[in-house]
Amino acid sequence: MSSADFNPAASPVPADGKPKSRETSLLAAGSIAGRSLVIVVAIMTFLASMTAGTVELVASASSNWRADIARESTIQVRPRAGRNIDTDVARAVELAKANPAVESVKIFSKGESERLLEPWLGTGLDMGELPVPRLIELKVRGTPNFFGLRQQLAADVPSASLDDHRLWIQRLGIMANAMVLVGIIMMLLVLTATALAIAFATRGAMAGNRHIIEVLNLVGASDIFIAKEFQKHFLRLGLKGGIIGGGSAMLTFWLGSRLAQSWNSTPGGDQVEALFGTFALGFRGYLAVSVIAVIVAITTAIVSRVTVYRNLRGLD
Amino acid sequence: MVRFENVGLRYGLGTEILRDLSFEIKPRSFQFLSGPSGSGKTTLLKMMLATLKPTRGLVHLFGQDVGRMDKDNVTVLRRKVGIVLQDFRLLDHLTTYENVALPLRVQGKMEDSYRHEVIELLRWVGLGDRLHVPPAILSGGEKQRAAIARALIVRPELLLADEPTGNVDPVLAKRLVRLFIELNKLGTAIVMATHDWALMNEIPERRLVLTDGRMRVEE
Repeated sequence: MSSADFNPAASPVPADGKPKSRETSLLAAGSIAGRSLVIVVAIMTFLASMTAGTVELVASASSNWRADIARESTIQVRPRAGRNIDTDVARAVELAKANPAVESVKIFSKGESERLLEPWLGTGLDMGELPVPRLIELKVRGTPNFFGLRQQLAADVPSASLDDHRLWIQRLGIMANAMVLVGIIMMLLVLTATALAIAFATRGAMAGNRHIIEVLNLVGASDIFIAKEFQKHFLRLGLKGGIIGGGSAMLTFWLGSRLAQSWNSTPGGDQVEALFGTFALGFRGYLAVSVIAVIVAITTAIVSRVTVYRNLRGLD
Repeated sequence: MVRFENVGLRYGLGTEILRDLSFEIKPRSFQFLSGPSGSGKTTLLKMMLATLKPTRGLVHLFGQDVGRMDKDNVTVLRRKVGIVLQDFRLLDHLTTYENVALPLRVQGKMEDSYRHEVIELLRWVGLGDRLHVPPAILSGGEKQRAAIARALIVRPELLLADEPTGNVDPVLAKRLVRLFIELNKLGTAIVMATHDWALMNEIPERRLVLTDGRMRVEE
């Protein structure tokens, strides 16, 4: 061989002889093991995405409940012997209006208060003889401090009690946080299981591609190069699985919201709406599902790279 | 370039396959490695590629003791050495072109920088019309030439060839040997394992003859 033989300019490459510019993967793609892994990753992504979406639904519904409840407080004036309930109600309203945190006040009339009891006592009952308490609904702004109002009510209207729903808000907060925590733990468990499945699949792929690894070593490939090849291969599989699993979860939530909308006028639909609002995931929820799909794909790539690199470094 | 001092090799607790080997391969030298089948030619070539380490004695490759080489050093070493194995070791899912370009690809070189050179070399070994076919449909001789092209593409400082003429007809065998001689003139040291005495008799070069695990050097 002379140096002229190796002169690239000596013989131009014919158009039909030009190799494709896209480099073929050094690992055999589309094997049965690869397809199985895509299915495993898709299922894991689906489960993690469903968990994340459900947590997001519950968290946003709980946040809405808490915001609604926190914007309202109630003064309850009970009938008491020797006191005029209407005078007590008027005094309580006067005290409430004087508080700067109170935006507006709504007095439930005797008739309205009685109607609130109808679901429990039924209709057609003469409640004139019953000591039905009167309710005053306060719309509040910001985070009010009702310590002063409470003291004034205790002094001037001893039959009145102020409920700012703080206990409910606390309970809802604890429940929502617990749901979010459980959801995060479940997602971490699913991601860990995915990572372990990838590690096993990578070891299987290494065994199946042993002859390729040997050739790569013989022609001077570094361990990092080989690990990168596996990473590319598994990133493709992870992306496929992530897109299928995440897409399926998004579709499920979208179908769920459509179904909830069509149920809106039914009693069941009302209950679902009371619990989950409109059952719509919202932008944040869909974003969370997309992020999970990407995280699963990246985890797949990183775990395979680390597994291959460690195994190669362990070989002598 | 390559120096063996009292080298012995055994697998496990078995008897030594190679015994008391002491020889040197100098830069730009040409030598045949001969001996009957099973005499340890392939094993010796693997030791020169640092795939096997000696169980006793010292092996120095490019100035480094193989016993003290880490994996990164071995990788650097293999980029200076071209190897042609008896079973070719071509990757079935890659085309002939991709197989030959593999040593450059693993070095991180861009395809644009080597495409013409790979095609030229493939033409030179007579595979210019087989660029895009997988090894499965190449004949034994074509696979042999593709394996040789893969070893030559990095212009190695040392070429180790294990029976490179074993699967080709006498005409092509002579042509391949002429290729090795020309490569040697360009500065590559060659170790060509063969038991083709007729071929060796035509070319008066140094011979390393292995018999029963021991080596005789015929200058």
